[in-house]
Amino acid sequence: MRAALRLLVAAVVAAAIASASAQSKAVSEETVHEVAVQLRCVVCQNLSVADSPSEMAGQMRAIIRERLAAGESPDAVQRYFVQRYGEWILLSPPRRGFNLLVWLLPLVAVAAGLAIVAILIARWTRRARGAAEPVVVDAAMSERIRREVERGS
Amino acid sequence: MRRLWRWLIPLAVLPVLVLLAYGFRMSPRDIPSPLLDKPAPTFALTTLEGAPLMLAAHRGKVVVLNFWASWCYPGCYEEAPILEKNWRAYRERGVVVLGVAIQDKREAAEKFVRDFGLTFPNAQDLTGTVSVDFGVYGVPETFFLDRQGRIRVKHVSAVTDVVFRETVERLLAETGAR
Amino acid sequence: MTADVGFGMTVVALVLAVYGGVAAALGARTGRSALVESAQHAALGIFTLVTACFALLTYAFLTFDFSIRYVASNTNLGTPFYYRITGVWGALEGSIILWSWMLALYTLILIVRHREGARELYPWALATMLGILAFFLLVMTVAASPFQRQLPVPADGRGLNPLLEDTGMITHPVALYLGFTGFTVPFAFAMAALAAGRVGDTWLVLTRRWTIVAWYFLSLGLLIGGWWSYHVLGWGGYWAWDPVENAAFMPWLTGTAFLHSVMIQERRRILKLWNIVLVILTFGLTLFGTFLTRSGVIASVHAFTQGSIGALFLGFLALVMLTALGLVAWRWDALRSQGNLDSVVSRESAFLLNNVLLVAAAFTVFFGTVFPLLSEALRGVKVSVGAPFFNQVNVPLFLSLIFLMGVGPLIAWRRASLENLKRNFLWPVVLGVVAAAIAFALGVRSALAALTFATTVFVAATITVDIVRATRARLRVGERLFPAVGGLLRRHNRRYGGFVVHLGILIIALGVTGSHAWSVQTETTLRRGETAELAGYRLRFDGLSAAEESNHFKVVGAFTVTNSRALGVLRPAKKFYPQEQAPIAYVDYRLGLKEDLYLVLGDFARDGSQATIKVQVNRLVSWIWIGGVVLTLGALLAILPERRASA
Repeated sequence: MRAALRLLVAAVVAAAIASASAQSKAVSEETVHEVAVQLRCVVCQNLSVADSPSEMAGQMRAIIRERLAAGESPDAVQRYFVQRYGEWILLSPPRRGFNLLVWLLPLVAVAAGLAIVAILIARWTRRARGAAEPVVVDAAMSERIRREVERGS
Repeated sequence: MRRLWRWLIPLAVLPVLVLLAYGFRMSPRDIPSPLLDKPAPTFALTTLEGAPLMLAAHRGKVVVLNFWASWCYPGCYEEAPILEKNWRAYRERGVVVLGVAIQDKREAAEKFVRDFGLTFPNAQDLTGTVSVDFGVYGVPETFFLDRQGRIRVKHVSAVTDVVFRETVERLLAETGAR
Repeated sequence: MTADVGFGMTVVALVLAVYGGVAAALGARTGRSALVESAQHAALGIFTLVTACFALLTYAFLTFDFSIRYVASNTNLGTPFYYRITGVWGALEGSIILWSWMLALYTLILIVRHREGARELYPWALATMLGILAFFLLVMTVAASPFQRQLPVPADGRGLNPLLEDTGMITHPVALYLGFTGFTVPFAFAMAALAAGRVGDTWLVLTRRWTIVAWYFLSLGLLIGGWWSYHVLGWGGYWAWDPVENAAFMPWLTGTAFLHSVMIQERRRILKLWNIVLVILTFGLTLFGTFLTRSGVIASVHAFTQGSIGALFLGFLALVMLTALGLVAWRWDALRSQGNLDSVVSRESAFLLNNVLLVAAAFTVFFGTVFPLLSEALRGVKVSVGAPFFNQVNVPLFLSLIFLMGVGPLIAWRRASLENLKRNFLWPVVLGVVAAAIAFALGVRSALAALTFATTVFVAATITVDIVRATRARLRVGERLFPAVGGLLRRHNRRYGGFVVHLGILIIALGVTGSHAWSVQTETTLRRGETAELAGYRLRFDGLSAAEESNHFKVVGAFTVTNSRALGVLRPAKKFYPQEQAPIAYVDYRLGLKEDLYLVLGDFARDGSQATIKVQVNRLVSWIWIGGVVLTLGALLAILPERRASA
């Protein structure tokens, strides 16, 4: 029983190691893409390094591939480029300091818009309800109306 | 007083217009280099003639590192004669001009060197590693390194005579470590 | 000679526009119809002159008249015949003349359609159109004349930008500009309403069809732009959130909001102020778009040029926005509406929500586009705001909008009862949940993709429920099936046109989601005979070949494609144009309903022994184009003249 258990554990561990090492080759192209898609291609303006068909982008992708294969983490590769080109090379401004403005202001705008609409709807439905106050008909009035209607028909 | 609040609506566009007007004063292609005042990355290339070209070998001299390409017209075509002229003028004074061709075919690069009669060392950066290391995003770009191997000036677009001489003179005048 | 005649005609047109604008405004103010008629004649004159200028320029292109700088910059002796015609609007000066021509055309149509029907508003609207025309003619005369001389006359021209050598070139700018300029007319009528003090529904009802047509052409222009980007630019995508793409997208967003909120004003007489502000915003954003493209203030793949033209556009934008919004402030009291809603849960509320989301999205795109400018102005630090940002922030907004698309049309005006909600939404909600479950069962793990899929099914179900129920009512009265459906669509063509358009948007959303969530790609270097594999496709590199075309040199890579069967050969290429600094990638692809196989040729060895390729398998992209066709059908249905059925 214990031997079987040990065998099972060994098998699982072996499989994990095997899949991990098989992954590290296969993941590479995808990881390259993931890193490249965050970086701005410096020659074509507004395309990512992953997307750009330019020669410079191809060379940058090769550099990314090399560095990842050498064991650098995707973050470290990104930092390498930022150290040389500045924040500008990131296609999405880092969520720090002044840049928080561009990330938060849209949320604020949506919230403000929803708030305004909510207030307006509340005000407008209240006004409608106020205007549509049901007319209070008292008993004497209904009696008179009934008699008039009978006389008329 | 309440009547005046409504005029906020047209006034609200003014900040946007001012921002856009400000945009005229800036060039979207002018990106400041974060490498200024930092030690220049080393590299080891081979010149078009086959000799080794190592940045480290020129420590102690003022280095003018120029990135170019044969298809970069008109910028590289304008500055090539200027670089050559100043190379000849300053080479005895402890200044070295190095050229790195990026994204070019070998024959085109060799033809460029021949056409302009460039005598300073020129190498090809075949993989783009050197240009990325220096944060190059277009050609021509020129880096001026001081005697301690630090990048002091990055000049984007064609180097003029005035820029070359003023910068080099300034760097030559510096004594010792900063 | 040609240049002088052309330039002369431009100047005369400019004078006429200024005269006409002033005359129409004076005529509106004083009520003297003779002045207005004179302005009409001026408009006719302008149209004739601008058409003649266009014809002259085209003639210059066709006859290789390199004495004109514009011709020399955009063609050379090798440019094929059809590109010599489409090249007329291929760069800055030509784009201005195209814009002016469309404005002149729209002015004429406005005159013919509205001179009888809208006594109070028409003269002011005419004055506004002529004033805007005058600006564009001024730009054509002073800053960007297509008739500038080039001396000495070069022996050969530079050539058309190779990226423009494509059928997209014929249609994309034309559709886009028809959309942009189309929004000028509702804007002109809004200005007329403000000037004349008639801020009720009249101006809205008059411009209803204009709005739909302009909106449609803008949508078409955006879609064709996406298609062009996809199959020409060589990066395998159709939308990059490039500042100039954003510049066209923003007026589309506010234009869509406008299209919906006018329906509330028509029914409930509220939102007068909001609608006028919306149309001013939309028109202002179209001007902002042309400013961005031509000023070089924000870097973009599209940017035409820099120079004084940017300052001109900024000045005009300032003039238009300050004047228009100033008029709004002036007429503030008349614009305040007695808001009146019966219930929170009603179609009005859904439309208000729709507006909030669309305008919020427009704001997001706007702020993201100008943020680099702001950052540099205030901090001196350059940052980039690109696709990752826009995708992240906008996707929740768009998803909510899609959900609203299902809820809005079926919820009752005024007050939605629980009964109404149950009747209309029970089945669609159930189907939506089922769809999400199916997606999950099929292996979809991205929550966003599953959510989009579920919402799409939900909306499609609401449309189906509505049509089925309405048809069944007709069938019960004795009509046969096809006449019942046909009659239904025709009688309520605005409603069902809207439904079909919604369906089109849904299909596009499906395509967009599919391509983002499930596309795969890889990049690899192959030696001759080697094979690359991706998503079940095998590509074998067979070798390179070179060819000399009339105006460029081409290197073509041959790749044999197989999956379970032979699929033929793909030939991506690199084109080398003498006037371009870098080679242009020419992609090859296999389109399909489920997926596209997309191949870009990268670096290659001179002797053809090896080549680097980027392979993409893009899923569901074709549905974006299909959605565009459905959108077209919906828009056509919606603008049919109303059938005042007597029976």
